[in-house]
Amino acid sequence: MIPTIPQSRLIKVTYTAYVVLFFTYLALPLTVVAVFAFNDSQFPSLPWEGFTWDWFFGEEQPKIGVFHERPILRAIGTSALVGLCVSALSVAVGTTNAFLFNRYQFRGRGLLYVLMLTPLVIPGIVLGISILVFSSTVANAAWDAVEWDITALRPGLVLVILGQFSFITTIATLVIAARLQKFDRTLEEAALNLGAGHLTAVRTITIPYLMPALIGAFVVAFLMSFENFNTTLMLVGSDAPLTIAMFDRLKEGSTPLLNAVSLLLMVGSSLLALVMIAFQRR
Amino acid sequence: MTQPDLACTHLTKRFGDTTAVDDVSFEVPPGSFFSILGPSGCGKTTIMRMIAGFLAPSDGDIRIKGHSVLDVPPNKRPVNMVFQHLALFPMMNIADNIGYGLRRKGLPKPEITAKVGEVLERIGLPDIGTRRVEELSGGQKQRVAIARCMVLEPDVLLLDEPLGALDLKLREHMKIELKALQAAFDTTFVYITHDQSEALVMSDTVAVMNAGRFEQMGAARDLYYRPETAFVAGFVGDSNRWRGRVESVDGDALRLRSDSGLALLGSRHGRALSDGTTADIYVRPEAIRLGHTPGDVAHFDNRLSGTVTSLLFNGAASRILMRPIEGSEEIEVALPQSGEFAHLERGSAVHVGWSSDQGNCFAAGSV
Amino acid sequence: MQAAQRLGFLLLVTPLLLWLGLLIIIPHVDMFLVSLRERVGVGEYATSLANYRSFIDEPLYLMTFARTAVMSVMATALTLLIGFPVAYYIAKMARGRVRSALFLLCLVPFWVSELVRTFGWMILLRETGLFSSVLQWAGLADAPVEMLYNDAAIMVGLVYTSMLFMVVPLITTLDSLDDAVIEAGYDLGGSGPSILREIVIPHAMPGIVSGSIVVFMLSLGNYLTPIMLGGKDSLWFTELIYSQFIVRFNWELGAAFGFMLLILSSVIVWGTLRVTGQTLEKTMG
Repeated sequence: MIPTIPQSRLIKVTYTAYVVLFFTYLALPLTVVAVFAFNDSQFPSLPWEGFTWDWFFGEEQPKIGVFHERPILRAIGTSALVGLCVSALSVAVGTTNAFLFNRYQFRGRGLLYVLMLTPLVIPGIVLGISILVFSSTVANAAWDAVEWDITALRPGLVLVILGQFSFITTIATLVIAARLQKFDRTLEEAALNLGAGHLTAVRTITIPYLMPALIGAFVVAFLMSFENFNTTLMLVGSDAPLTIAMFDRLKEGSTPLLNAVSLLLMVGSSLLALVMIAFQRR
Repeated sequence: MTQPDLACTHLTKRFGDTTAVDDVSFEVPPGSFFSILGPSGCGKTTIMRMIAGFLAPSDGDIRIKGHSVLDVPPNKRPVNMVFQHLALFPMMNIADNIGYGLRRKGLPKPEITAKVGEVLERIGLPDIGTRRVEELSGGQKQRVAIARCMVLEPDVLLLDEPLGALDLKLREHMKIELKALQAAFDTTFVYITHDQSEALVMSDTVAVMNAGRFEQMGAARDLYYRPETAFVAGFVGDSNRWRGRVESVDGDALRLRSDSGLALLGSRHGRALSDGTTADIYVRPEAIRLGHTPGDVAHFDNRLSGTVTSLLFNGAASRILMRPIEGSEEIEVALPQSGEFAHLERGSAVHVGWSSDQGNCFAAGSV
Repeated sequence: MQAAQRLGFLLLVTPLLLWLGLLIIIPHVDMFLVSLRERVGVGEYATSLANYRSFIDEPLYLMTFARTAVMSVMATALTLLIGFPVAYYIAKMARGRVRSALFLLCLVPFWVSELVRTFGWMILLRETGLFSSVLQWAGLADAPVEMLYNDAAIMVGLVYTSMLFMVVPLITTLDSLDDAVIEAGYDLGGSGPSILREIVIPHAMPGIVSGSIVVFMLSLGNYLTPIMLGGKDSLWFTELIYSQFIVRFNWELGAAFGFMLLILSSVIVWGTLRVTGQTLEKTMG
């Protein structure tokens, strides 16, 4: 079944139809979310009551738009902050991990590599509760010992960041290691040969080569953090990131405001992804 | 005359505006080794893929043992193909690779095992059935790829530059071995390559292909000594080439004044060339005789004197470059290995000569 | 030189050990220890298997556990069946621009939050939703149809949400299959189904395994989709964990549930790897 093998028309048409159907299935939910952000109605459903921008810019009840809805704006800010912290941390650790596995042969390397991969096969919610349980064990011990309350170890943004970091680091490591694997080490040797020191060679030759992967890992980490739900749900405190805030709203009932936020999210993440692709192409 | 195993008539393949294969006809008699030799992009791979069934011809017919196979899908054609990179199945061991086609025919298991064992024996690798593909050497893979096809006893075996990926030494060795395998299996081989030495060494018949057409078809020796077109003269083997104006024609013999001013005698071997036209003359380096004195080459009708400008030592294929006094272009001359010229140096005076019969002339611009 | 190498090694291995130790290994050990605790008085605990006993004794817990496992396996199988032809089409049939466009289209839905995707399905499937309206308009139904809050809706959502993680590894492995190998299969007399069975699927095995593992994990650990699309009696195991931790504040039982989920996923992942002869390093790394 490749183009060079003659096939009957019926098979070809059926196959193409299937692929079209598949992409319709992919596009449908997102399309309705986007379209109903412009419906001039209290509910994101038919009938169509006319086109409106109110769910973005509306200023008075009942149609307060996204840009005037403080809790949502604050939640976006929180998500962005968490995302930046998680991306920075996981790219940093991902880079050291990639260098470690690429450059050093040591006892226990295989075991550590498998351990490094395990966060991918631990359900997010289990990661969340294990960190929750452990941090409160530590916090309780600190209180019992010296009456010192470590608020950072209670549910809140610090734990959310740590929780997301715990598995996003694996992804970052894999992305960066994949590119480092393709790096021709004789380039570094050439730099040494031309008078650079070890660190200078890495800084001037290897890191620039890795740049697309570093940026890619950063963007992927940011997107994953931004849309993470399961781990965050178990660790969140009073400052809710966007997904949690939207989830709470959705439980109360859906309004086109949520469609508007969703559409902004789609546009935002698509733009980010396009920027990343542009970087990879360069 | 017996029926040919493979016959292509007016075979044509167009991709959009470009014609990859342009009205090619040929027949391959049973048990022979037929090669298509040409530069990359000449259309030889397209012909092969049409015979195998992976491309449908725009025009013309392909017959195998007399039956047209145009409507036969590739998996039902009585031809098998050795792919350029062999395309051995990496997910199977060697025995399963070779048994693949037999399983498709629905043969019972014991029979498959027997046939696979037998063919492994024939290619001289009896104990490798349980090995994995990546454990084999390049030459072994080659033989397995051929065995995988031959076990199906195809009418025609197609080989698509299978030696291209091998290193030089192994390639030289495999040339001989392929020829031996073909004789052992007594099957018709159609072989495509851009490497002239592969084609010349192994084939009974070679077709030289260029820009979608067959330039010339014949035995290796004919192609080499009696090229019918300028392309063949230039593509097969090395040649010295001069361009000039034809000054006189007498039967097959002609006289040409090169652009650099040399007067050269050549032969047109029946091709149409008349006074005043521009022509190219091709002379092989080994057709030129080297001499220390003018007397050594006095019996040739083309004679030049000059000095050695370079010595190109390459063992048995050593040559010199010499610059004639009368003209500016350098001439490449084969260096005899009899020891007579062992002391030749840059700047030595030499005399060369060749018979006009060795100077193949073609109308200019016919390449 | 030796000392510098040692220093470099230590600098690189420290973050790895801190990360794995403090955020993965020790928390899971601690979670396991907590799950072995039984509250015997105010602030007093004893080590026992009481939490695991109540997991086994309570039919609701066990049923939910089994249901989650079975439905996750089904969702994985469905995702593979639906995704494979598409991945094959993109990797082997499509060429040039069409190919990159289709690949990109596959990725787009997954750049947005799972919440948004689930929300989309709610708009489509609920009683006042688009499908219901269309059915009424077309005269196929005379009253609003509720398509939300059942297991089928959960399945649709799970398959949708994890499709990317199946399709991308499949495309990657199928792409690395040389066309000539497929042609060789045909040339030697193979037909479509036999080539699929003997050549394409064995070659795609690492992709199938890694896609299946990820999809299974995502389904098993999913919270949003079952809770938003599922009905009152279609409980998901993650909901039990959440309610023990956040609503009932019974961390000991919650930790035991978490540990059971971890065991289940590990056993299934390990079993899949064993049966297919793959390793975690090969399929994930």
